[in-house]
Amino acid sequence: MNQTIPVLKREFGGYFRSPVAYVFLVVFLTASIGLTFFVGNFFDGQVASLQSFFLFHPWMFLFLIPAVGMRLWSEEKRSGTIELLFTLPITTTQAVIGKYLAAWLFVALAIFLTFPIAITVGYLGDPDWGVIFSSYLGSILMAGSFLGICSLTSALTQNQIISFILSVLVCLIILFLGWSIFSDLLSAIFPFWIVDALSNFSFTTHFDTFTKGIINVRSVIYFLSLSATALMLNILALER
Amino acid sequence: MVSVQNITKEFGANRAVDNISFEVTPGTILGFLGPNGAGKSTTMKMLTGFLTPTSGTASVNGYDILKEPIEVKNRIGYLPESSPAYQEMTVLEFLNFIADCRGFTDLEKRTARIKEVISLCHLENVGNQTVETLSKGYKQRVGFAQAIFHDPPILILDEPTDGLDPNQKHEVRKIISGMAEDKVIILSTHILEEVDALCNRIIIINDGRLIIDQTPDEIRNEHGNKLDEVFRKLTSSTHNS
Repeated sequence: MNQTIPVLKREFGGYFRSPVAYVFLVVFLTASIGLTFFVGNFFDGQVASLQSFFLFHPWMFLFLIPAVGMRLWSEEKRSGTIELLFTLPITTTQAVIGKYLAAWLFVALAIFLTFPIAITVGYLGDPDWGVIFSSYLGSILMAGSFLGICSLTSALTQNQIISFILSVLVCLIILFLGWSIFSDLLSAIFPFWIVDALSNFSFTTHFDTFTKGIINVRSVIYFLSLSATALMLNILALER
Repeated sequence: MVSVQNITKEFGANRAVDNISFEVTPGTILGFLGPNGAGKSTTMKMLTGFLTPTSGTASVNGYDILKEPIEVKNRIGYLPESSPAYQEMTVLEFLNFIADCRGFTDLEKRTARIKEVISLCHLENVGNQTVETLSKGYKQRVGFAQAIFHDPPILILDEPTDGLDPNQKHEVRKIISGMAEDKVIILSTHILEEVDALCNRIIIINDGRLIIDQTPDEIRNEHGNKLDEVFRKLTSSTHNS
């Protein structure tokens, strides 16, 4: 397993060797704070909570995480470095996990850097820190699932744009399953139990439990198993 | 020691490599010749574990490429065609990454080896330059440095002198022949004079099939003096069809 470390190190450093990391961090932080204040009307709520901050995470991730994940494998394929990588003494599994963890670590860093907003609510009022902690945990886990899907789609093509659009599409479908408007629409056609089962597959359904301050084992398992499944398919796609 | 047994690779209906077998012992510089698309690169990619053969197998120092790919990869240094490297890394960063992957954990040994490889491939002046800013000759040398980094007993070089100027070609050939003594070196090339200058054994592949496996002298005795005429005579069937 120690061979994942060099891959992880190189991939993580790769974000900072190009402008990608800095552009992403600036956009991510501006968007997450901007949405909280201007769309979520943070101050109007008069409540010391980060509800209006975490509310937007699934929708923000929908576009920003494919931007991080789209290059994972498609870039290796396009530039031919995949041939170098897979003739080094590294297994496909180690390479896939190493690259995935690097991207996840990078996104987790971006999420962590939003901490001033937490300090702000702490300064203004008396928030429930447990809820804030579980929300952050849920956000990072959800980001991991998004990334798993992005890693998989980027292994299917050597074109980053196609990889981006595919990831957004797949993530959008999984998001929609739990969106109330969408499930209302579905319940007009399908029986209730099907709609309920489908919405259990959605990011938002499971993320919501975290933002309510509940660390539900089922939701943790949901996010982790979704990532694991995506990565397994990713390995298969590369070994094909 | 490299031993290839009835290796075949099909891409869909197209048979790129057709039932090739050969053995190479240490001290050999094997020239892999053939027209474009003959199956040279495909064969090399299978030996290095990048492609899986459709049928047949090969072994490297006793390790089967299908059963123990990591052991095989530990013993092979490979320079892929057009020597890909991570463009945004500097030469030193890149070599450090290779050292990581090749298991050079001891800092002292690692620094010493990086220094050694850099001077062997004449990369002293570009250590802190990113790969994307390098000229083709330098990129090729970075690829070469990567391939020989762990001092592998088997070197597989896909067109190592492609796109280099005559001086650089000479330089690369000098490095290759300097390392030949106890290693197996397999190199593919289009340049026939290169084969003459470097190789002590020649394999010609045409249409995925092995058609000649001899020393340069044997080929001359059998087919006449000029290597390029021999090459054209033996491989022209694909061009006419």
